[in-house]
Amino acid sequence: MSAMETIPFREVRQGMRARVVSVPEGPDMKRLREMGLNEGVEFSVAKVAPFGDTVEIRLLNYALCLRKRDAESIIVQPIPA
Amino acid sequence: MNPEPLVAIVGNPNAGKTSLFNSLTGSHQKVANYPGVTVERISATLQLEGQTVECLDIPGLYSLEAQSMDEQVAVDAVMGRGEERVPDLLVCVLNAANLERNLFLFSQVAEQGIPVVVALTMTDLLREDGKAIDAIKLSNLLGVDVIPVIGHRGQGVDLLKEAIARNLDDGRPPSPTVEHPAALEAEVTHLAERLARVGMDVSRDDIRRALRSEDDPFAARVAEIPEISAEFDRAREKLQAEGVFADHRIVADRYKWAGNITGQVIASGVSPRKWRSDRLDKVLTHRFFGLIIFATVMYGVFQAIYTFAGPMMDAIEGGIGWFGGLVGGLLEGQPMIQSLVVDGIIAGIGSVLVFLPQILILFALIAILEGTGYLARAAFLMDRLLGWCGLNGRAFIPLLSSFACAIPGIMAARVMPDPKSRLATILVAPLMSCSARLPVYILLIGAFIEPEFGAGWAGFALFAMHFLGLLVAVPVVLVLNKGIIKGRRLPFLLELPPYQWPRVRDVLLAMYFRGKVFLVTAGTIIFVMSIVIWGLSSFPRSAEAEARYEQEHSQMQTQVSLDSYVQQRQLEDSFLGRFGRTIEPVFIPAGYDWRITTAILCAFPAREVVVPSMGIMFAVGGEADEESVDLRKALDQATWPDGRKLMTPWTAVGLMVFFALCAQCMSTLATVKRETNSWGWPVFMFVYMSGLAYLLAVAIHQVGLRVGG
Ligand SMILES: Nc1nc2c(ncn2[C@@H]2O[C@H](COP(=O)(O)OP(=O)(O)O)[C@@H](O)[C@H]2O)c(=O)[nH]1
Ligand SMILES: [Mg+2]
Repeated sequence: MSAMETIPFREVRQGMRARVVSVPEGPDMKRLREMGLNEGVEFSVAKVAPFGDTVEIRLLNYALCLRKRDAESIIVQPIPA
Repeated sequence: MNPEPLVAIVGNPNAGKTSLFNSLTGSHQKVANYPGVTVERISATLQLEGQTVECLDIPGLYSLEAQSMDEQVAVDAVMGRGEERVPDLLVCVLNAANLERNLFLFSQVAEQGIPVVVALTMTDLLREDGKAIDAIKLSNLLGVDVIPVIGHRGQGVDLLKEAIARNLDDGRPPSPTVEHPAALEAEVTHLAERLARVGMDVSRDDIRRALRSEDDPFAARVAEIPEISAEFDRAREKLQAEGVFADHRIVADRYKWAGNITGQVIASGVSPRKWRSDRLDKVLTHRFFGLIIFATVMYGVFQAIYTFAGPMMDAIEGGIGWFGGLVGGLLEGQPMIQSLVVDGIIAGIGSVLVFLPQILILFALIAILEGTGYLARAAFLMDRLLGWCGLNGRAFIPLLSSFACAIPGIMAARVMPDPKSRLATILVAPLMSCSARLPVYILLIGAFIEPEFGAGWAGFALFAMHFLGLLVAVPVVLVLNKGIIKGRRLPFLLELPPYQWPRVRDVLLAMYFRGKVFLVTAGTIIFVMSIVIWGLSSFPRSAEAEARYEQEHSQMQTQVSLDSYVQQRQLEDSFLGRFGRTIEPVFIPAGYDWRITTAILCAFPAREVVVPSMGIMFAVGGEADEESVDLRKALDQATWPDGRKLMTPWTAVGLMVFFALCAQCMSTLATVKRETNSWGWPVFMFVYMSGLAYLLAVAIHQVGLRVGG
C-alpha cells in the first residue's frame, strides 16, 4: 500500500502501525485528544478484542483500549513496516 | 482561625499518587493497579519539620475538564470549588514511564495560580526499559521542583517533604506552559479594563476561564452585571467564531509542548519500547485462550467463595447462636427484654456478620486481580459483550462486585465516565445474585429440588439462579437505554496498566475498607431494620393472648411444640402477620399463602431475614437456618386450608426467582439514592425489580398449575 493512503480508524487491523491524520471536532473526541490521540501521533494496534470492535492501541508509551466504532471518523495513515 | 496549609496530590490515574500519599502521611489507603480505584478524596495529616499540613489524596485525572463523577471530585479539590478549600500547594505526580500524557495534565495544573511541586514516579520502570530521565533538566524546563520518588518503597519521600515545606513557605505558581492565543489575550485585556472601571479587580486567569466556560463560578457572577455580561457574550462569540476555543487547538498546543519537553529530558524517548506486558498479554487477551482463561478465573473466584466462606459462615452463625443463648439465659426472667436482645439485636448483628466472609473473600480476590492489572484486561475482553447490551467494559467490575454485595458494586460505578452507562450499571447491579440470596436458594433447593431430582439438578439450579440475574439484566439495560435513561453516551476508553505483582498489604487494605463500608452502610440499615421487623412481628402481644394460644395448643392434636406454636400464633396476630393476611390475595396468583407472604414482607428491608421468618411462620422456630431439616419438612408438608399441597417444585422455583429479582434491600436503595442523588431512581429500581419478580413468580406458578407437577 502506498505511504500516502489514509483509512478511517474503523479499518485498522491488529499489528498495524499508523499515524493520526485528523480527528473530528466534537465533545466525544475531546477525551481521546486529552489522552494523546492528536494529529501526528503514531500508534500501533496491539490487539483486537475477542468479539471485535474493541481494540488496544499503544501510543505515547502506554496502552489504551477504545472501540473502533467510537473512533471511526478519525482518519489515520498506515505506516508501512 | 488559621487552618493548616492544604496540599493536594494530583496526577494521572495509576501514576502512583496513593502510594505516595501513604508514604507521606503514614496512612493506609488502598493502592491498586486499575484506573480509578481512589473514588473519593481522602485527607490525612502530613507532618513536616516544624509544621502540620493537611494532605489530600484525590482520584486520578487525565484532564482538569472532568467527565466522570470521581474526576469531578478531584477537580473540585484542585480548584477549591464547592465545599473545598483552595489548596496552598499542589503535588503533581508525573509518571516518568508515560511522561508526555502526564505533562499534558501538568500544563493545566500549572495554570491554577497555585505553587506546584512535581513528584516523578516510575523512574525504575523507565530504567528497566533502558531509558533515563534528567530530573534536573525537567525541573529547569518546568520551573518547579522535581523530586524523583518511588512511592511504594518510600524512596525520595524525605526530599519531597523538604520541597513541600520550602514551597509552602515561598513557592510561586509556575508560569503557564502554553501561550494563549493573541486574540484571546486582546479580549482579556479589554475585559480586565472594563471590569476595573466598575471597580472589579479580577485576575486574567479568571477572565480566561469565564470566557471559556459559562458554568465557571466567576462567569456566573459576571452574568448578573448586565453591561459586563454583554461584553463577555460578545467576546465569547467572537472567539468561538475564530476557533480559539476549539479542542484541537487547546489540547494540541499542550501536547506539542509536552512532546517537546519529553524529547529533551528522556534519552531515547522516541524509540518504541519493548512492552513489558506483551508476553503475558499474548495469552491473557488472546481471542480464544484469553476467553478460556477468563472463564476459568471467574469460575475459580466463585468456587473459592463457596468453598471457603461456608465453614466460616457456619462458625459465625454458631458463635452468634451460642452468644444469643448465653445472653438469653442471663435475661431469663424478662421475656420481653430477652426477646428484644436475643431475637432483635443479637440476631440483627448476626444477620450482618454472616455475610462478611463471602464479601471479604470476593474482595480479596478482586484486589489480587486488580493489583496484577488483570481486571483491566478482563474489562477489555468483556467490552464487546457488555456493549451488546448497552453497557461497556467498565461495567465489569461493578457487576462482578455485586455478586458479593450490590453496595460496593454500585459505588464502583463511579469511575464510569459515561453517565448513561453508569446509571444503567447502577440500576442492574442489584440484579446480580448477592450473597444474601444464597440461603433462600439453599433452603428451597434442599427442600424441593434435591429430594425429587437429585444432586446434579440441585447444583444446576444453584448455578441457574446465579445466572438468572445476569440474563435478566440484558433486556433491562436494552429497555433502559431505549428511552428511560436520557443523555449522551461518551466513548469507551480504558487504559491498560502494565502487569505488576499484587502486594499483600494492598489486598488486606482492600478487604478492610470493603468490609468496613459493608458493615457501616449495609450493617446499620440491616441492623435497624431487624429491630423494626422484630417490633412489628412481636406486637401487639399480651399475657391473655399467650394464654389463649397455649390453650389452643393443648386442645390440638399436633406434633408442633408448644413454643413454636405460640411463636407462630403470635406472629400471625402481630401487625406484620395481619398485614400479611390482608395482602395475601396479591400473592395468591404466585401460589403463596399468608405465611409465605408475611415472610416476604419481613424480607423487604433486608432479604436475608426471610429464612428465619419462614422458620417462625411454619412453626419450627426462628432459629431455623437454610440447612434446617425441620423447616424443609415443614415447607414440604404445608398445605392450603383445603388440604392441597402449598409448595410444589414449581412454586419453589417461582419463589427463588422472586428472591433473585426482587429489590429486597433497603441498604441498596439507600446507596442508589446517594449515588444518583435522586429519589426517582431508587423508586424506579424498586418498582421495576419487584414488578419483574412478581410477574415471573406468577408466570412460573401458573405454568406449574397447567403442566402439573
Ligand atoms: N515500579 C513502580 N511502581 C509504582 C511506583 N509508584 C506506584 N507504583 C505502583 O503503581 C500502581 C499504581 O499505584 P497507585 O498509588 O494506586 O496509583 P494512583 O492511581 O495514582 O493512586 C501500584 O501497583 C503501585 O504499587 C513506582 O515509583 N515504581
Ligand atoms: Mg489512587
